[in-house]
Amino acid sequence: MAKQAVSFKVNGKQVDVLVDPRELLVHTLREKLQLTGTHIGCESTHCGVCTVDINGESIKSCTFLTVQAEGAEVTTVEGLASADGLHIVQQAFVEEHGLQCGFCTPGMLVRAASFLKENPNPTEEEIRWGMSGNLCRCTGYQNIIKAVQTAARKMQEA
Amino acid sequence: MTEQMDKETREAALEGMGCSRKRKEDARFIQGKGRYTDDIQMAGMLFADMVRSPYAHARIKSINKEKALALPGVHAVLTADDLKPLNLHWMPTLAGDVQAVLADEKVHFQYQEVAVVVADDRYIAADAVDLVEVEYEELPVLVDAHKAMDADAPVLREDLVGKMQGAHSERKHDNHIFNWQAGEKEATDRVFDNAEVVVSQDMYYHRVHPCPLETCGCVASFDKVNGHLTVYLTSQAPHVVRTVVSMLSGLPESKVRVVSPDIGGGFGNKVGIYPGYVTAIVASIVLGVPVKWVEDRMENISTTAFARDYHMTGEIAADKDGIIKALRVNVLADHGAFDACADPSKFPAGLMHICTGSYDVPVAHLNVDGVYTNKAPGGVAYRCSFRVTEAVYVIERTMDVLAQKLGIDKAEIRRRNFIKSEQMPYKTCLGWEIDSGQYHMSLQKVLDAVDYDGLRREQEEKRAKGELMGIGLVTFTEIVGAGPSRNCDILGIGMFDSAEIRVHPTGSAIARMGTITQGQGHQTTYAQIIATELGLPSEEIQIEEGDTDTAPYGLGTYGSRSTPVAGAATAVAARKIKAKAQKIAAHLLEVSEDDLEWEVDRFKVKGNPGQEKTMKEIAWAAYNNVPEGMEPGLEAVDYYDPPNFTYPYGIYLCVVDIDKATGETSVRRFYALDDCGTRINPMIIDGQIHGGLNEGFAVAMGQELPYDEQGNLLGNTLMDYFLPTFVETPKWETDFTVTPSPHHPIGAKGVAESPHVGSIPTFTSAIVDAFAHLGVTHLDMPHTAPRLWKTMQELGVK
Repeated sequence: MAKQAVSFKVNGKQVDVLVDPRELLVHTLREKLQLTGTHIGCESTHCGVCTVDINGESIKSCTFLTVQAEGAEVTTVEGLASADGLHIVQQAFVEEHGLQCGFCTPGMLVRAASFLKENPNPTEEEIRWGMSGNLCRCTGYQNIIKAVQTAARKMQEA
Repeated sequence: MTEQMDKETREAALEGMGCSRKRKEDARFIQGKGRYTDDIQMAGMLFADMVRSPYAHARIKSINKEKALALPGVHAVLTADDLKPLNLHWMPTLAGDVQAVLADEKVHFQYQEVAVVVADDRYIAADAVDLVEVEYEELPVLVDAHKAMDADAPVLREDLVGKMQGAHSERKHDNHIFNWQAGEKEATDRVFDNAEVVVSQDMYYHRVHPCPLETCGCVASFDKVNGHLTVYLTSQAPHVVRTVVSMLSGLPESKVRVVSPDIGGGFGNKVGIYPGYVTAIVASIVLGVPVKWVEDRMENISTTAFARDYHMTGEIAADKDGIIKALRVNVLADHGAFDACADPSKFPAGLMHICTGSYDVPVAHLNVDGVYTNKAPGGVAYRCSFRVTEAVYVIERTMDVLAQKLGIDKAEIRRRNFIKSEQMPYKTCLGWEIDSGQYHMSLQKVLDAVDYDGLRREQEEKRAKGELMGIGLVTFTEIVGAGPSRNCDILGIGMFDSAEIRVHPTGSAIARMGTITQGQGHQTTYAQIIATELGLPSEEIQIEEGDTDTAPYGLGTYGSRSTPVAGAATAVAARKIKAKAQKIAAHLLEVSEDDLEWEVDRFKVKGNPGQEKTMKEIAWAAYNNVPEGMEPGLEAVDYYDPPNFTYPYGIYLCVVDIDKATGETSVRRFYALDDCGTRINPMIIDGQIHGGLNEGFAVAMGQELPYDEQGNLLGNTLMDYFLPTFVETPKWETDFTVTPSPHHPIGAKGVAESPHVGSIPTFTSAIVDAFAHLGVTHLDMPHTAPRLWKTMQELGVK
């Protein structure tokens, strides 16, 4: 299978990779770029542990071909924090005990950050629907909802 | 600052027991810096993938590897014939049975491992799996456990034909695994024969899967030069895995290092030893390079560790006031093709004999028969302590049936039968000693909190209007913290657990335990125990687990045993250090040990203010100024063999409304009161309870592993297998009472499984209650909308 060159930005940094056309973005991120924060849970777009942000949209990278990312801007969990420190959603998840085993957390954080851009002042119902593409087995969601609410409040204050 | 304020400030600064300390482990997880098994990459690492059977029962006529081996990038294709010379084509299970590592002449369940392919990467491995040609001859399939012991049932395990003595009992049939009984059959039957009231209820606790978001996997790396094997794997019990790997491979245990790195949820799925682990290890030893195996979601749900699958009958003999006179429980246990359940060796039905519940039951009899069927092997404890979930379900359901038959409210009938707090410790008729509990007080707290009488009045009004509202109530007692080595062992190793604490010269510390966290927050809570015991800030106490080269031997984390067993070891090890510290303090202060008293973080000379030494000062002295004859250093190890199990309990109440048009259930309210004894970190406890309730909700309301008559598993992706999302998940209300365990060093009982164990029958209780006025006494799970819609059609609900 002829390899294909793909160029895109990950967390603000230009990357050039040579991949099989069938290679999935989650494998490129994890195995070629060593960004192992993005996880694999179901390989069928259900669980959301592989969620990344592509050009401002939440995308499940387990069913997204790397070649589709040509020219895109990709943000993974590793790109949430900045030189100023942790992202507000990261802080809020710690504050509200919104994680346990940590496996869903990267996808959850990336989705929460995007969701709060889409809807900066959500109701609980809107959080439930807006985050529903990401599954968690440990928390029963209640503290994740609180974390998103706390993050929303702090972003408004900031 | 007054002395009292000073003391309180110092105490708060420790962030010890009872405080909602933020979690130590979060920092790496929120940055994507967790290190899970699949994150591990090594130079030259190959990837293993499985060829699996499409049939549930078939003879393998031939396996042709040629096309797969011809594919560039494929290094090996191994079958049972390749493992035979190493005697690794079968492996022992934790339940005294054997399991095929790779199918040996026959497949016994759909998706069984037939061959393993090892290739450069996971894509090539998957291609090669498709190129392995296997010719099968289909055999008659056995799916229904009730037909397993019929005279004309197909014989599944040809390797066991003629071996009528099983690991636990005589076998009555080639498909019989064991018969196991507890209690007194004749005495129980006599009470039943003469009882004023008898109720009997059949119920099926369906087959489910724990389904953590991280699937099972491993990276095996054998160094041919020095003969060392390192295995990173998703295990809730790494030390036991090391022992098993050593026994199977013949490598000295000292040359096997097993590491459980970060684990993405376990819930019982990651206790057992699976063919994928064994074949990756063999491949690494044979090829001399690291080999990774990670299952995909379908493989996870289809093959590694189902839970439950108990066909149960609960029977109570009572008087007309509802006072229990005897209990009888009969179980037909479907173990699938190999008995691979993970129970203590002596208990093939786990701790099912806690099925007398929270009640004063004079006499009881439990009978369990285990059988083989053409389904995946397992029978693990899905977020529960060895079949406690099944035990709680059968007693709580049967209590509801009794209440309904006698027209007594379900809260009242429980109140009448509860073991009273003055009866504690209470010896159950099936042999356990429940250590403590204040059931009446806790029940009343819940009934008051939810205005139970008001809910019943509302239900009456709704029923009058033809609406369906149900109130579920469950008052459960668990048995966790396995366990005393006189009762509990795995492969002959007593189920103790361990802690090793080392205090550094400047007063910070490192501690290692034989358990392994999978989200429970051990790195946070163990440090809190040590902080309170030793007066050192928890922030400066590092906790490590999961590396068998460094951690002391322990049996691992499952069955809510970490806090009851390793938590106890931690407290006892800390007390050993404190005892030495007291001697050093006496030496430094030139007084007798008896003249000293402990206060938060220091020893003080009684009645002599200002004469004191802090633990940090003592730590420094331990390395340069100890009393004559004392060895320097400040560390201790404890291997804790608990004198008894612990018995956390809970009172759960649930209110549901059922849509008559669609059968959809809306959980209006779920109120969970838990008593787990001493509470180490209330924030973490609440989090554990929310999660357990949600897993219980999943089991009761949607999860199932259904098989068709050919043994095809219908539903092994997340499209079919129900994991609740944010949208379906109800809101949880939590509450607590505190009844410390009298025998545990800090009074703690374990908590994370209670909400799963307790919530499942609560949902069923609520659903059935919605139809109780129509004469319904029981409905089997899962309570999905289509099933409830069907129920309503049968009942003529319009």
